[in-house]
Amino acid sequence: MDGPRIEVAGLTKRYGDVLAVDAVSFTAEPGRVTGFLGPNGAGKTTTLRSALGLIAPTAGAITFSGRRFSQLPRPAAVVGAHLEPAFHPGRTGRDHLRTLAPLAGVPDSRCDEVLAMVGLADAAGRRVGGYSLGMRQRLGLATALLGDPAALVLDEPANGLDPAGITWMRAFVRSFAARGGTVLLSSHLLAEVEQTVDDVVVIARGRIRHASPLADLHALASPETVLRSPDEAGLRRLVSRWPDALMEDSVTAVIPGTTAAEVGAAAHAAQLEVHGLTERGESLERVFLRMTEEAA
Amino acid sequence: MIASIRAELRKATTTRLWWILLILMIGTIAFFAGTFALALTFGDTGTGPDGQALTIAPKDMAITVYTLGVSLGYAFPLAFGAILMTGEFRHRTLATTLLAQPSRGRLVLGKLAAALPFAGLYGAASAATAVAVGAAALGLAGEPTMLDDADVLRSIGLSIVAMAAWMLVGVGFGSVITNQVAAIVTVLGWTQLVEPILRLALGFWEPAAPIARFLPGAAGEALAGGSFYSTTGLSDLLPAWAGLLVLLGYGAVAAGIGWLTTLRRDVT
Ligand SMILES: Nc1ncnc2c1ncn2[C@@H]1O[C@H](COP(=O)(O)OP(=O)(O)OP(=O)(O)O)[C@@H](O)[C@H]1O
Ligand SMILES: [Mg+2]
Repeated sequence: MDGPRIEVAGLTKRYGDVLAVDAVSFTAEPGRVTGFLGPNGAGKTTTLRSALGLIAPTAGAITFSGRRFSQLPRPAAVVGAHLEPAFHPGRTGRDHLRTLAPLAGVPDSRCDEVLAMVGLADAAGRRVGGYSLGMRQRLGLATALLGDPAALVLDEPANGLDPAGITWMRAFVRSFAARGGTVLLSSHLLAEVEQTVDDVVVIARGRIRHASPLADLHALASPETVLRSPDEAGLRRLVSRWPDALMEDSVTAVIPGTTAAEVGAAAHAAQLEVHGLTERGESLERVFLRMTEEAA
Repeated sequence: MIASIRAELRKATTTRLWWILLILMIGTIAFFAGTFALALTFGDTGTGPDGQALTIAPKDMAITVYTLGVSLGYAFPLAFGAILMTGEFRHRTLATTLLAQPSRGRLVLGKLAAALPFAGLYGAASAATAVAVGAAALGLAGEPTMLDDADVLRSIGLSIVAMAAWMLVGVGFGSVITNQVAAIVTVLGWTQLVEPILRLALGFWEPAAPIARFLPGAAGEALAGGSFYSTTGLSDLLPAWAGLLVLLGYGAVAAGIGWLTTLRRDVT
């Protein structure tokens, strides 16, 4: 599979006074899962819908290997998208797909194929009105896969999925990317996609705050050291040299922005009796939160 | 384009709406055809605006009864056509459709084309119901059924066309008023209340009378050549061909407006 390179260039969308998306640029590479992360109202859905020709941007363009969505001859074969689980409740899962098969340019047999791929084969003949939220998310994914696309664009695909469903979704997009496909998915929780994505793009209040491989995000997590000593006075005296340090309780101090080596050496030099010395990283979620809360 | 039509046909056949509305329409027309046939033959037909007694020739009576679908049942094909479009908004499936086929013009044309077979079906069912029940009621009342009269048969045939045209108007209407509840309330309000009142009111005021002929309901009746209102001498109708043009014109203008306005909007 040859996934397209998804390139968002200078995308701006204004709704009256609201600047929903402000000069957003980033790329999603083939063979990788790109997580598009931001809090509620950040502009994720607006960006994804603009990419798919559903929203006319105020400025900027989104291309799939150089071509806009509207220029794709058979879009369903290039990009499969799942934006929200919206279906006619009176149609069966199979019929829902059958209404789209002519547009996607695929034979009807493909409908049962994708239903099987998402584990809905048994529910194919039931009305969607009776589906659970998790089943609807799966049907949405099946819809995205109908045209056998080389790229997937998924807006909050983990919404409403139980832990087993999330694990399944994770494995699914990982294997899609491993076969060379491009995956761009959004989420408002880093933890939800931490084990799924290769690259992260962080958006908040319409602007890109960070874009890098996930690994580089780990590097931004500043370490902190926890030091425990039964000698409270000695402990307080030692950590007073770090203005940010704070006492968690009478025997435990937390010193942000330091390593265990640094603190251990200082304790040794001060001949402090040490009962515990641990270095811990700031959680990625905290790093993410910090990024999204930074002033524009 | 073929793909769009096939997709829209499948959308229409994979929900229960088409046969539910069809059965409701048949029931409604059967009721009115029976009641009217008996009322027109036995009842006191009253007086017109000029105070003269309203007398109805057997042929006019037959046409009025056999084309009652066009006079009183057109809300059903109209509503079905409208829901073909508004359903996409109500169930938020428009985005999914446009992801597979991004052209919004093609979407509207596909829906209009896919509505044609249903339009024919509703038209045929409407005419068949009105004729079956109407003829039975007329026979019961001892009136001639007039089913061997060429003009009567022509009217019955044209009533099928009129009902079909109504469905296309519905598709156009649904692309302007995309809120399903608003669309259905408007369809019912207009067909059951506003237009009948307008036509009666305009009929009583001489200078405005010609305008009444161009109202969509009057155009539909003109096409079928029979009208409860005109039979009773309360208003004039256009020639049949003009009625068809006016009716399809409403549909085309509405579809055009919908395509240029609502369907151009962001799908959020
Ligand atoms: N149709 C609209 N009209 C006006 N403002 C809008 C419209 N759609 C979105 N917005 C605004 O644009 C901003 C971005 O919204 P968007 O839906 O893209 O956010 P999001 O990142 O998808 O959020 P969420 O996590 O809640 O789904 C918000 O401030 C929202 O209020
Ligand atoms: Mg969103």
